[in-house]
Amino acid sequence: MSIVLDTFTVLAVTGGLFFFLAGTVGLLRFPDPLTRLHALTKADNLGLGLIVLGLLPQTNAPVGALKLLVAWLLVQLSGATIAQLIAREARRGMPQA
Amino acid sequence: MTIGFALDSAIAVLVVAVSCWTIIARASFAAVVGFVSFGLLLTLVWVRLDAVDVALTEAAIGSGLTGALLLAAAARLRTSEFATQAERPSMALRVATALLSATATAALAGALFLLPSPAPTLAPAAAANAGATGLGNPVTNVLIAFRAMDTMLEKVVLLLALVGVWSLASDRFWGGPPSPLRGANTEGPLAFLARLLTPLGIVVGIYILWEGADHPGGAFQGGTILAAMWLLLMMSGVANAPATRFRSLRLVLISGPMVFLVIGLGGLWLGEAFLAYPVAYAKPLILVIEFVMTLTIAVTLALLLAGPPTREASR
Repeated sequence: MSIVLDTFTVLAVTGGLFFFLAGTVGLLRFPDPLTRLHALTKADNLGLGLIVLGLLPQTNAPVGALKLLVAWLLVQLSGATIAQLIAREARRGMPQA
Repeated sequence: MTIGFALDSAIAVLVVAVSCWTIIARASFAAVVGFVSFGLLLTLVWVRLDAVDVALTEAAIGSGLTGALLLAAAARLRTSEFATQAERPSMALRVATALLSATATAALAGALFLLPSPAPTLAPAAAANAGATGLGNPVTNVLIAFRAMDTMLEKVVLLLALVGVWSLASDRFWGGPPSPLRGANTEGPLAFLARLLTPLGIVVGIYILWEGADHPGGAFQGGTILAAMWLLLMMSGVANAPATRFRSLRLVLISGPMVFLVIGLGGLWLGEAFLAYPVAYAKPLILVIEFVMTLTIAVTLALLLAGPPTREASR
C-alpha cells in the first residue's frame, strides 16, 4: 500500500513542480502584466494544490492533513485577492481598448 | 552531496544574490521588494537551522512588517525620487562610502571567523533551568524569564518609536487620527479579503501566542499577526484608523511595559530581585505578561504603520 501512496506523492508533487516551473517561465516571458498574473496564479493554484495533494498521504495525523489544506486555501484566497488588486492597478495604467 | 546540503547551498547563494540585488536596485520600490524577498529567504535559512521561533519572527516582523513600513516610506518619497536619482554623488564620497562598507563587512567577517570554537554559549544553562518556569519552549523561557529585562526594554523602545512617529504630526492634528491607509474602496476584493480573513487571523494570532508556551511562537509573532489583521481592516476601509487621543488606546499602548514593570517590581518587593517571579506563580505571571504584551505589540505595530496623525481630532 505504501508504495502506491509514495508513487502517488511523487507524481503529484512532480506535477505541482511542473506548474511552478511553467508559472515562473510565464512570469518571466509573458508580454504584459495581465498575462504574467495569469501565469503566476496558475503556479499558486494548481502547483501548490498538487503539492498539497501529493503530501496528504504522507501526513500521519488528520490535523496535519487539515493544516496542509488550510494553508492551500489561504494561499488561494490571498493569491486571488492580490491578483485582482494588481490587475486593477495594471488596467488603470493601460490604454482603454 | 546530500539533498540537504544542495538545498542549503542554493539558499545561501540566493540570499547573497538577492541582498546584492537589493543594494544595487536604483528605485526604492524595487529595493523594498528585494528586501522582502531577502527576509523570506532568511526565514528559510532559520528553518534550516531549526530555529523556528526566529524564522516566525523574521517572516512576521523582519520581512512582513518592516517591508510594509519601507513600502509606505517609498510611496511617500516617490515625488522626490526622480530628483535624488538624477543627482550623482562625487567620486570621493562614493569611494569613501565603498571603503567604509567594505571595512564594516571585513570586520564582521573577521569577528565571525575569530569566534572561539566551541562558541561560548548559555544554552546548557538555559536548558538546565527550563523547569523553573513551567514552560516547554526554551525560547520563551529566555525571553520572558531569563532575559526578561531585555524584553521589557524592547517594549519600551517600541513605545518610544511610536512616540517618535506621532511627534511628526503638526500641532493642529495632535491627538487626531492618522490618514486612511488607502483610498477606501470598500466594495473591492480587498474588503472581501479583510472580512473573510480577519476572524481567522485573530484565531491564528491567539493560537500562536498560546502555543508559544511549549512550541515555537509567542507574544511577538502573535501580536504581529493581530496587527496585520487590524491593518488589513484599515487598508480595506472596513475600519477607520482611530484618533490617537483616545485614553483607552493609549492605555493599551502602555499596558504591556507597565504590567511587566509592576510584576518586576513585585519580585523586588517579595525580596528576591527585580523581575524574579515567585516560583509557584511563575507560569500564570508569565501568561499574564504575554497576553498583555501581545495586545500592546499588536496596537503599537499597527499604529506605527498607520503613521502620524494627519487629521484634526473631532471633539
